[in-house]
Amino acid sequence: MALRSMVGANIKRKEDPGLINGAGKYVGDIKLPGMAHVAFLRSPYAHADILGIDRAAAESRQGVHAVITGADLQDKWETVPVAGGRKARANYSHYAISAERVRHVGEIVAAVIAESAEIAADALDEIVVDYAELPAAADLLTAYAGAAPPIFAGLDSNIVDTGEKKSDDVDAVFENAPHTLRQRMHSQRVAGVPMEVRAVLAAPDAVTGGLTLWTSTQIPHGVRSALAEALRLPENTLRVIAPNVGGGFGVKNQLYPEEMALAKLAQLHNKPMRWSGTRAEHFISTTHGRSQIADVEVAFDDEGRILGLRLHVIGELGAYPPFYDIAHLTGLMATGNYDIPAVHFKASNVFTNTVAVAAYRGAGRPEAIYYIERAIDLVAGELDIDPANVRRRNYIQPDQFPYKTPTGSTYDTGEYEKNLDTALRAADYHTLRTEQAQRRADDAGSLLGIGMATYVEMCGFGPYESGVVRVEPSGTVTVYTGTSPHGQGLQTTFAQVVADEIGADYDDIVVRHGDTSSQPVGVGTFGSRSLAVGGSAIVRASKVVREKAIKIAAHMLEAAPGDIEFADGEYRVKGVPGSSLSLSQIAKRAYSERLPDDIDTGLEGTDFFRPPDFIYPFGTHIAVVEIERETGLISLRDYFSVDDCGPRISPLLVAGQIHGGLAQGIGQALLEQVIYDEQGQLLTGTMMDYTMPRADDFPHFSLDQTVTETTLNPLGAKGIGEAATIGSTPAVVNAVMDALRPLGLRHIDMPLTPRRIWEAMQSA
Amino acid sequence: MNVSMTINGEAVSREVEARTLLVHFIREDLDLTGTKIGCDTSQCGACTIHVNGKIAKACTLLAAQADGADITTIEGLAENGEHHPMQTAFWENHGLQCGYCTPGMIMASAAFVRDNPGASEDDIRHYLEGNICRCTGYHNIVKAVKQVADAAAGGA
Repeated sequence: MALRSMVGANIKRKEDPGLINGAGKYVGDIKLPGMAHVAFLRSPYAHADILGIDRAAAESRQGVHAVITGADLQDKWETVPVAGGRKARANYSHYAISAERVRHVGEIVAAVIAESAEIAADALDEIVVDYAELPAAADLLTAYAGAAPPIFAGLDSNIVDTGEKKSDDVDAVFENAPHTLRQRMHSQRVAGVPMEVRAVLAAPDAVTGGLTLWTSTQIPHGVRSALAEALRLPENTLRVIAPNVGGGFGVKNQLYPEEMALAKLAQLHNKPMRWSGTRAEHFISTTHGRSQIADVEVAFDDEGRILGLRLHVIGELGAYPPFYDIAHLTGLMATGNYDIPAVHFKASNVFTNTVAVAAYRGAGRPEAIYYIERAIDLVAGELDIDPANVRRRNYIQPDQFPYKTPTGSTYDTGEYEKNLDTALRAADYHTLRTEQAQRRADDAGSLLGIGMATYVEMCGFGPYESGVVRVEPSGTVTVYTGTSPHGQGLQTTFAQVVADEIGADYDDIVVRHGDTSSQPVGVGTFGSRSLAVGGSAIVRASKVVREKAIKIAAHMLEAAPGDIEFADGEYRVKGVPGSSLSLSQIAKRAYSERLPDDIDTGLEGTDFFRPPDFIYPFGTHIAVVEIERETGLISLRDYFSVDDCGPRISPLLVAGQIHGGLAQGIGQALLEQVIYDEQGQLLTGTMMDYTMPRADDFPHFSLDQTVTETTLNPLGAKGIGEAATIGSTPAVVNAVMDALRPLGLRHIDMPLTPRRIWEAMQSA
Repeated sequence: MNVSMTINGEAVSREVEARTLLVHFIREDLDLTGTKIGCDTSQCGACTIHVNGKIAKACTLLAAQADGADITTIEGLAENGEHHPMQTAFWENHGLQCGYCTPGMIMASAAFVRDNPGASEDDIRHYLEGNICRCTGYHNIVKAVKQVADAAAGGA
């Protein structure tokens, strides 16, 4: 394939031939000779002391190699990494196999090593654990209010991490504002639910004395570093491989206890072993997302200009959170796309006896945009102004960028009103409003709701990413990236970039990732960072190759390097059309004896990209819903998504990211919720109980775009992985509340199930 | 106990425990790992295969129940080295991202279109209820299936 410009071309993915025929290998598909199987016994209690464990019966079963408890290993490893640094890890963490106390249902208390997965699972039933149950802090608000016991010794309360940003004049602004309104909103607890459950395979490495670990992760390099520290092993004796990974969405973004346990057990027993989790295990042991309660208060004038915002976020951490960042990210995006002069943001993070709440597609930013976009619609409703106009009156204007928000973000570039207008045109907004007015006048048929949301998000997390571009002696090209794609299609996107940057044939490029032994140290794939940061590293590495190719071409063509140009995918003497050399011809020379002394052998580049700041993609979403009056059943009639992520390298793949993001954001709005009861038992622990969005929950998605480049990376690209999740949740809720407005209903918390809608309609 | 069946055109015979699920038999005993497991409760459809030409979730059958059956898994869908049209359509329409639901999704869709050429978008969305995807929002999956359904109707 020799398209002159691969960047921007719609091409089929390089990844797919190995996936559509079942050849892809995920961790649970990999077998090693002599491999044993591990199963974990998990706590059935949310909060309990382990008084004793009787493993004799389990251990005597045929085919069981060993049953391991936390007490066996306590002095042999460090605790699991958690947020809050060294002190927190000493006091607020646990061992990967817990030894004394458990703090959520699903915490590991023992491991069985057996010759088959079935035998290991059978043996779990014969381990007898003597627990002394403790009162649980299972509910966020109860824990926040101090009405539940602290989950760690030495704490006065379960509130462990707070933050505050306050503009000097915010209280005066609220005092003098013509209008104020206040609403409590929940961004409910949801689960990432990648289709591949987490799995780990560990094998001792006789050469280094360390281990090779295959794991379903978004961050193989991060797992390697954290594992080395936790197991007290030299980092360079560990090799972490993320083979095909069946989705991540943020929940495979930290070192998990199972990764530590498999590595430790494989090392102690000097044997390869695999754990393939079940979906039930996944729901109780893999981090959840969102779970915030927010008090939102806005001050505004008669025209709907927002004069001030107060936002207090109560964020749930669960037990052993890997980071505290989520609520702080909410604070950084609290003002959304709007020029709001006075802000008071406060975050209170709260421990509970539930599995940790951590990153899930958007992590903190969907919550922020949900609050502000709901607030904008509440203002519009209060003043009876079209919500599009309230947005228009408050947008940060193009000439205000770079724009510093009152909570500490610096937005790079943006053109919000143009984006809004594109969406309004795409949806034929005024015709929709006319239809709605007619329907309301007739008071017949289902309730029609039109909702919109404008979002901006911060992404492109650093601190760096790495890339290697190697032209092989044959002229084929191997690219290595420190990112770790798991569905994003970066093998395709990065090959497109490299093809154009150095004049390689797209079909001759192989992109490798997910193996710490063959790549420069990298960071991983999360936070919509892979193209903006990882792609930029690839651009820089390509530049090293191109500059060297020019030097070699100059030598081959007997010209000065300054007279060589790279154009149309070839290297040639400026103004001499017949003089061109291909990358293959140059590569052959690069590895030959016929190089001059002043040019080193080889043709490859390694480089890193360190983003100077975050990047801020944005967009406008419009949802059209119909609600059955008799049942409260919502159907999503149309959906319009106009996203601005800067230039698109692979438009087909960008659209795919948007489709998937929409489904997850809409899922939160209408369907999904993780529910624990007051004892901390998970009630939504299977796919029978946790509502996963299906194909017939969605309409055909209509996509459009505006293009605003960032100035902060060489591709001009912003992120797209999380954007659609962020825009869609408030757009859909705004649409539903718009439909219900004639009934005098102002706000209903998510998920907007038919039951909740029906109940609200009855009470209206 | 002994079970014998034909898988992807090849006769196989193995000793298994009576409780062995067909999906485990296919994955662990026959090493055909293209058939995936995504849940414990028969919701996700990642293990969808063809049993005697009909679709089945391989987690809902015991290996013993498939004794004597003719089974096709994703590995056996291509014929004479040529992708099945559904495989091609998924590739062309970017109908997969992480690829984990894909084998089940393709097996389910291939059987559906064979039996329902010319199916509408609504029919397809309704039919795919038994297969869960978390990456694509189903948009391009539906597009891929529709493309094959349209082509099948055209050729009829």
